[in-house]
Amino acid sequence: MSDVTLNAATANPEAAPRTAPVVSTGPVAWLRANLFSSWINTAVSLVLAYLLIRWTIGFIDWAFINAIWTVPVQGNIPQTQACRELEGAGACWAVIGEKHRFILFGTYPYEEHWRPLLVCALFIALYVVSAMRRFWSWVLIPIWIGTLTVIGVLMWGGILGLSYVPQERWGGLPITLILSTFGLAFAFPLAVLVALGRRSKLPAIKMLCVLYVELVRGVPLISLLFMASVMFPLFLPEGMNIDKLLRAQVAITLFAGAYLAEVVRAGLQTLPRGQYEAADALGLSYWYKTGFIILPQALRLVIPPLVNTFIGFFKDTSLVLIIGIFDLLTAGKTAIVEPAWQGFGIEVYVFVGAIYLVFCFAMSKYSQDLERDLNQHRSR
Amino acid sequence: MGQTIETEGRFASAMRTDAPPAIVLADVNKWFGTLHVLRDINLSVATGERVVVCGPSGSGKSTMIRCINRLEQHQQGKIMVDGIELSDDLRSLDAIRREVGMVFQSFNLFPHLTVLENCTLAPIWVRRMPKKEAEDLAMEYLERVRIPEQAKKYPGQLSGGQQQRVAIARALCMKPKIMLFDEPTSALDPEMIKEVLDTMVMLAETGMTMICVTHEMGFARQVADRVVFMDRGEIVESGEPEALFSDPKTDRLRLFLSQILRGH
Repeated sequence: MSDVTLNAATANPEAAPRTAPVVSTGPVAWLRANLFSSWINTAVSLVLAYLLIRWTIGFIDWAFINAIWTVPVQGNIPQTQACRELEGAGACWAVIGEKHRFILFGTYPYEEHWRPLLVCALFIALYVVSAMRRFWSWVLIPIWIGTLTVIGVLMWGGILGLSYVPQERWGGLPITLILSTFGLAFAFPLAVLVALGRRSKLPAIKMLCVLYVELVRGVPLISLLFMASVMFPLFLPEGMNIDKLLRAQVAITLFAGAYLAEVVRAGLQTLPRGQYEAADALGLSYWYKTGFIILPQALRLVIPPLVNTFIGFFKDTSLVLIIGIFDLLTAGKTAIVEPAWQGFGIEVYVFVGAIYLVFCFAMSKYSQDLERDLNQHRSR
Repeated sequence: MGQTIETEGRFASAMRTDAPPAIVLADVNKWFGTLHVLRDINLSVATGERVVVCGPSGSGKSTMIRCINRLEQHQQGKIMVDGIELSDDLRSLDAIRREVGMVFQSFNLFPHLTVLENCTLAPIWVRRMPKKEAEDLAMEYLERVRIPEQAKKYPGQLSGGQQQRVAIARALCMKPKIMLFDEPTSALDPEMIKEVLDTMVMLAETGMTMICVTHEMGFARQVADRVVFMDRGEIVESGEPEALFSDPKTDRLRLFLSQILRGH
């Protein structure tokens, strides 16, 4: 066979090596192929380009060129006439300059703001350390316990010469971080146990887990928060009072746990039965099998929906405003109640939104990296 | 080829042992719903004996060997493994599973662990072996199945034949007394079947008690002390491979053999 082809190739000059087809690359070729391949494509591209440019220019005008960065303050009252005269043509960033400490830390005593600031820094350091895979060992547990204790001491005070700050005065970013960090730290293990429980052969455990998931998923988070803040204290004996933040924390944890449990269960279900059988055949006990074989694979599979739930849950913590807890968003809202600053909501919401975005985007980016690194065994 | 002499020698050695049988199945019955998949199975396997189980698909052969380490539960009868009766008692089940290795048709390696970790996991956590010792042992068995150079790779990076050899090494690392093979070559490309069969022959030569569900008649002739033919949940015939293949007593076995041979 190959002989024939070789002979034919030499005999027939027309079958001599041909040049490869022209491959056009580079930005111009890409534009031509993707944006201007037909008249309708060209039209759509031009319209979209026009809108994009208009919008970008408009935003830059508003946010930077026409923006006012500071306003004079006379006798403790900021003079915001300049901002009002803009009539929306430019941003009044002065509100952020003036109010950022209130937005970030709420009603926490002003001169003690270094404490919640340090708390936020500790939280971020904790996330960074936990995200680094070389710290993934039992070392993390004392690190978490230690850091969270320090955070508690800093927030409450009352010892080590720190003045006592009651929980009612906490607010802003630390509240959001506390609610979501403690929430996830407890909800995730709970979710894993519930997901395993739903697949248990013991009917009582299975029933309990199904009941929990269906009940909690069946009601809105807001009603859970109401229950925690209004109804729950009614069941307590006279004089006994559990911290409002703690009650909200428990409600949020239970809520997130139910959703995460279903995500984890989805992962458990996609594992082939052979994995369970191989582990059984080797004599691994239930917990070894679950810990070494089942969960590591199941959780890797569900990283995208897990992080999806994490992100949603991080933002859901803002719902605590309805029971009067000052999280980041509520603090932002409250900041513009003051007459001088009324009407500058957009600037404040952009600022608060940017903070949420930074955290959510970091989570999302990290999950992509994690997914790639942990699923290396799948690529050849 | 001197095969008869060899077979007799092996058979004699299996018969000589006075030790209690490694596996006894007595009047074992099992149903999947209303389907009667195992009917009055009686089988006794001596220590060091090598039994090949064959039969058409759906005949219950896989179910039978899966009952031996209780991946399936039988509903009637008695199964004794290594002198321990299979029951709902979890401790006796753990004890049995430690002594019985199993190789699956679809390998069932743990894809998120390296080859070496696949082999050391159970020795470390079930046998409580120090890590270093478990790794040395694993390397020894990986060498024996001739793939020590793949130890750091993930199962997904290996060919099917290599994966199945890792699976054999993984089972052997538990130092089992009995090995069960559930159609170990059925999922393999033809050119990889031989490397796995060679590994199994080598294992047979060490005197391991083995039960293999397989359609590889050449393998059965080469190593089996006894071939058990199953059909529709029953053991229809059993005996030395040569005798069974050359002189089938029942029509069912005759039909099966003719189909198998036509297939090859």
